[in-house]
Amino acid sequence: MRILVTVKHTPDLQSQRSFTDGRVTRTAEDGTMNELDENAVEAALQLVEAAGEGEVYALTVGGPDAVAAVRKALQLGVHHALHVSDEAIAGSDVFGTAKVIAAAVRKVHDEAPLDLVVTGMAALDGLTSMLPTALAAELDWSQLTLASALSVDGGEVTIERHLPDSHETVSAPLPAVVSVTDEANKPRFPNFKLIMAARKAPVTVWTLSDLALDPAQVGAGAARTTVIDASPRPPRADRIKVTDTGDAGTQLANFLIEKGLA
Amino acid sequence: MTIAAVLIDHRHGAVTRPALEALTLARSLGTPVAVWLGEAPSADAAAQLGEYGATEVRVVDAADARVASRAAAAVGAASGDADVVVMISTFVTKEIATRLALATGAGVVVDAAGAELVDGKVETFQTVFAATWDVRTRINADKAIVGVRPNTTHATPADSPAAATVVVVDAELPEARERIVSVEPVEQGDSVPLAEAPVVVSGGRGTSGDYSLVSDFAELLGGAVGASRDATDEGWISHEHMVGQTGTTVTPALYVACGISGAVHHRGGMQASGTIVCINMDPEAPIFEISDFGVVGNLFDVIPQAIERIKEHRGA
Ligand SMILES: Cc1cc2nc3c(=O)[nH]c(=O)nc-3n(C[C@H](O)[C@H](O)[C@H](O)COP(=O)(O)OP(=O)(O)OC[C@H]3O[C@@H](n4cnc5c(N)ncnc54)[C@H](O)[C@@H]3O)c2cc1C
Ligand SMILES: Cc1cc2nc3c(=O)[nH]c(=O)nc-3n(C[C@H](O)[C@H](O)[C@H](O)COP(=O)(O)OP(=O)(O)OC[C@H]3O[C@@H](n4cnc5c(N)ncnc54)[C@H](O)[C@@H]3O)c2cc1C
Repeated sequence: MRILVTVKHTPDLQSQRSFTDGRVTRTAEDGTMNELDENAVEAALQLVEAAGEGEVYALTVGGPDAVAAVRKALQLGVHHALHVSDEAIAGSDVFGTAKVIAAAVRKVHDEAPLDLVVTGMAALDGLTSMLPTALAAELDWSQLTLASALSVDGGEVTIERHLPDSHETVSAPLPAVVSVTDEANKPRFPNFKLIMAARKAPVTVWTLSDLALDPAQVGAGAARTTVIDASPRPPRADRIKVTDTGDAGTQLANFLIEKGLA
Repeated sequence: MTIAAVLIDHRHGAVTRPALEALTLARSLGTPVAVWLGEAPSADAAAQLGEYGATEVRVVDAADARVASRAAAAVGAASGDADVVVMISTFVTKEIATRLALATGAGVVVDAAGAELVDGKVETFQTVFAATWDVRTRINADKAIVGVRPNTTHATPADSPAAATVVVVDAELPEARERIVSVEPVEQGDSVPLAEAPVVVSGGRGTSGDYSLVSDFAELLGGAVGASRDATDEGWISHEHMVGQTGTTVTPALYVACGISGAVHHRGGMQASGTIVCINMDPEAPIFEISDFGVVGNLFDVIPQAIERIKEHRGA
C-alpha cells in the first residue's frame, strides 16, 4: 500500500492571525501543520499498518517555512517528506495549488504507483474544502470526500460520509483521492524516537521545473480570484456582562425583547 | 446582459429560504435564471421562484446527481450562458462549484456573505479567521461562481414577478467512478436545518447532557438546537447538531451559547452571527469576549427564568 498525504502549513489557530497585502501572514513561529491534516496522516498510517506493508509520503506546497508541516508528519511516522517550494507559486488559488499538488503526485506515482492520496477535510486558514475535489479532477482519479471512516479492500476504497441530511456509503476503484474528517480517527502523538529521527530525516525539495510545470499556470498571475482588501473586524461594541444574582435570566430576556429577537 | 444562474436548494419539493436569499442576491448581479436538479418543480414552486425574479426555471432531471462530477455536469448543462452562478455554500455545493469551475474556467469564492458587480467583475465579501477579519475578493476570471452562506442576504420578492418559464434541459452526464452504496436519510422532523435557522440555541459540556432546557429555549425563539463538539463526542446529541469549524457554520440573527466555553474551533463556526448571547458559570470563559450579552451564571437557573419572562412579555 502506497499512500501520499497532503499537509498544509497554516497559522496556529491560537496565534494572532492576520493578512499582509492580501495574503495570509505566514511565519515560522506561528505556523504549524494544519490540525485537520493530522487526521489524514493518521488514516494513512493506520491503512499501511493494517496492510502490514507500505509507505506513506507527506507532501506540502508552500514557502520555505512550510517544511515545518512535513517535519511534523515525519514525527507522526510518515516515511518520506516532500516539499514543493517556488516563488512563482505564491498567490495561487485553489486551482493553481491543485495543479502543483497533482504534478507532484504524478511524479511519485510514476516512480511506483500510489494507491491513495489522503487529504484533510479543510485547511483551517483558507477553509474552502475545495482542494480535494480539484485534485481528484486534475489527476482524473476517484474522488471520495469527507470520510468519517474508510477501508480499502480488493482494489476499492469505501467510505462513510455524514452529510447534514443523510449518511452515505460510497465506493470507488483505486487510485483515489480521499479527504477525511476529524471524526475518522484520533491522531496519535509523536513519540520521542520519531521526534529525534524527524529532525535529521531528509526532505525532498522540488521546484516547478522539477515538476515540469509552467510558472504561468500557477501563482498570483494565474489565480482566478484575488483578495483585494483585508481588514481586521472591530471587536463587538457595547458588550454587556452580568453576574447572576437572581434576576439575570430576566435581564437576558429583556435584552432579547428590546432587540426584537424574542 | 449578465445572466446569473442560481442553483436552487429544495426539500420535499419546496424551495428553501436560502434558495430565495440566493435568488435575491443574484438579482443584483444580473438576470436570474433558476437551475433545478431533480423532478420538475410544482407550479407553486415555480411561481415562487418567479416572485423572486427567476425568468426561467431550467430543470435537469438527472438520476444519481449525488456524485459531484455528475451534479456539476447537470448544473453546467443548465447554466452554459451564465456569467455568474450562485449557490448556497455547503460541503456538497463546494464540490459542485469546484468541478463546474474546472469545466468552465470560472473563479470561485465559497462561504461568501455577499457579492456585487464592480466594473463588470464580481467582488465578494466574507469573514475569515473565525470572523476576526473581513476580506473582499475579486473574481478575475470571465465567469464567476459564488457560494453564499445562508442568512447573509435578506430574501425579498422582486418588484414585479418574472416569468419563471419552466424549461427542461437534457444533460449528458459523465460515467462516475464513485458508486453510492447506500443512503440513509437523517430524520429532521419539522425543525429548520441548523445552517438555515434564524436563531440557534446551542448547548455544550455545561448541559451535562440534558438538552431539555436548550430545546425549550430554541423552540420558544423559533430556532434550531446546536451543540459543541464535546457534547456530540459524548453522544449527548447527534453530530448533525455540531456547530464549528468542522461542523456546521452558522450565521443566524441570534446565537445563544449555553455552557459552551468558546474554543476557537467552535467560534469559527458561529462568530459571524448577528447577536451573540452566552450563559456560562466561568467569568473567564472566552465566549464572553464575543458575546453582546453574557450572563455569568448557571444555565439551569438562567434559562427557565428567561423563558418565563419572554412568555410573560408575549402574553401581555
Ligand atoms: C483566507 C483565504 C481565502 C481564500 N479564498 C480562496 C477562494 O475564495 N478561492 C480560491 O480559489 N482560493 C482561495 N484561497 C487560496 C486557497 O486557500 C489555497 O490555494 C489553498 O492552498 C487551497 O485551498 P484551502 O486552503 O481552502 O484548502 P482546503 O481545500 O480547505 O484543504 C483541504 C486539504 O487540502 C490539502 N491542502 C490544501 N492546501 C495545501 C497545500 N498548500 N499543501 C499541501 N496540502 C494542501 C490539505 O490536506 C487540506 O486539509 C484562499 C486562501 C485563504 C488563506
Ligand atoms: C481539529 C479539531 C476540530 C474541532 N472542531 C470543533 C467544532 O467544529 N466545534 C466545536 O464546538 N468544537 C470543536 N473542537 C473542540 C473544541 O476545541 C472544544 O474542545 C469544544 O468546543 C469544547 O466544548 P464545550 O465548550 O462544550 O466544553 P468546555 O470547553 O468543557 O466548556 C464547557 C463550559 O461550560 C461551562 N459550564 C459548566 N456547567 C455550566 C452550567 N451549569 N451553566 C453554565 N455554564 C456551565 C463551563 O464554565 C465551561 O466554560 C475541535 C477540536 C479539534 C482538535
